[in-house]
Amino acid sequence: MDMTPFVDVAFLILTFFIMATKFKPEEPVEIKTPNSVSTRDLPEDDAIQVTFDSTGRVFFSVLSAKDPTIKYNVIKHINETRTLGLTEAEMKNFVRTPSVGVPFSGLKQLLAIPQEDQKNFKQPGIPLDTLGGELYYWIRDAVGTFSGKKLLFLIKGDNSAKYPSFKQVLNAFKKNEIFKFQMITMLEDAPAGSELAIIRNREKAASK
Amino acid sequence: MASIDEGGGGGHKKGPGVKKAKKLSTRVDMTPMVDLGFLLITFFIFTTTMSSPTTMQLFMPKDTDDKDQNKAKESGALTIMLGKNNVVYVYRGQLLPDASNFHTTTFKSVRDTIIQMKKDVINAHVHDAGCTKIQEEARVGNPKLNIPPDPNWKNACLDKDLVIVIKPDDEATYKNTIDILDEMAISAIKRYAMVDLFPAEKELIKKTEGGN
Repeated sequence: MDMTPFVDVAFLILTFFIMATKFKPEEPVEIKTPNSVSTRDLPEDDAIQVTFDSTGRVFFSVLSAKDPTIKYNVIKHINETRTLGLTEAEMKNFVRTPSVGVPFSGLKQLLAIPQEDQKNFKQPGIPLDTLGGELYYWIRDAVGTFSGKKLLFLIKGDNSAKYPSFKQVLNAFKKNEIFKFQMITMLEDAPAGSELAIIRNREKAASK
Repeated sequence: MASIDEGGGGGHKKGPGVKKAKKLSTRVDMTPMVDLGFLLITFFIFTTTMSSPTTMQLFMPKDTDDKDQNKAKESGALTIMLGKNNVVYVYRGQLLPDASNFHTTTFKSVRDTIIQMKKDVINAHVHDAGCTKIQEEARVGNPKLNIPPDPNWKNACLDKDLVIVIKPDDEATYKNTIDILDEMAISAIKRYAMVDLFPAEKELIKKTEGGN
């Protein structure tokens, strides 16, 4: 039997998957984000992201794929303002670390571990209280480092996280005079017949 | 199996006068390559997630003193409270002392409640000076904020009195919160706010939850 066409198609599919796949950076926790009808794309640059999981642990990350020096400057700034005493190697390690979820007191210990082995280290989350806790300082110093640039604030939460964790994260931002957020969600269609669906159909028709 | 046959008797004519060239077989066994190809396909199919993440915008108000806050018209206010186990509580206007306008509902039917509320507000609409301004803004649009001109700008201010107040309980999940914010987008609600529960409402929710 001639399998050639079959194999051709198979390789075509393979090529498609290789092209379409984008590996997402490994995160210390798995987050199942909620769905929304929002169609805005997720930015990869010039953003800071706060993640909270179902148990309320909070993680912080700086997204600066194009320019890693920004991330380095953030940790350098924090190292100075919070007198953490991090070494140069530890700060370099922070740049490779996708996100951190430890109190300032445990940051040195976390960054002493090479990035590949960090997933075995149980991160307790950044301490929070109604006034923002340590997350307030993370945000403040990151914003200070980015100063002048347009910065986006991403919040990524788990479906089953409780509202108070979300509120505490919002409070930490609000304390920094930040009132505009982007919540990371998964796309779903606008329900048929709803006003949004009507508006979107109209826009689609107009663009044709 | 799959193979490339290059050794076929190409353009040479075989005849009595033609000397037969000694042919080396150029057939290559492609089986291992194809096997590997399928292995990779399987790997990519399993690791690929097709849906790409999107983001949803949220604007929070600054915490200010009461006197600075926008006063909502009572007739146009709808309060949605999120409780435990995906239960939703709603009331219109002010909460009555006997809580007779306090209703228990679900995420499925809350959309109808919102749409009904919107209809009622539009029906009760009275045109005034502020309205003309809103209409004008909708007609022009705002390129800075990516708001295109609205062809239905005449209707833009009909629902200007409608304000939805979202109050998630401590037991509400993040998903509930996002879902209800999403409902605002779905029903094209322009004015909504997320605030904390009043103690009276908290008590009422607790009482209702205990009763069920």
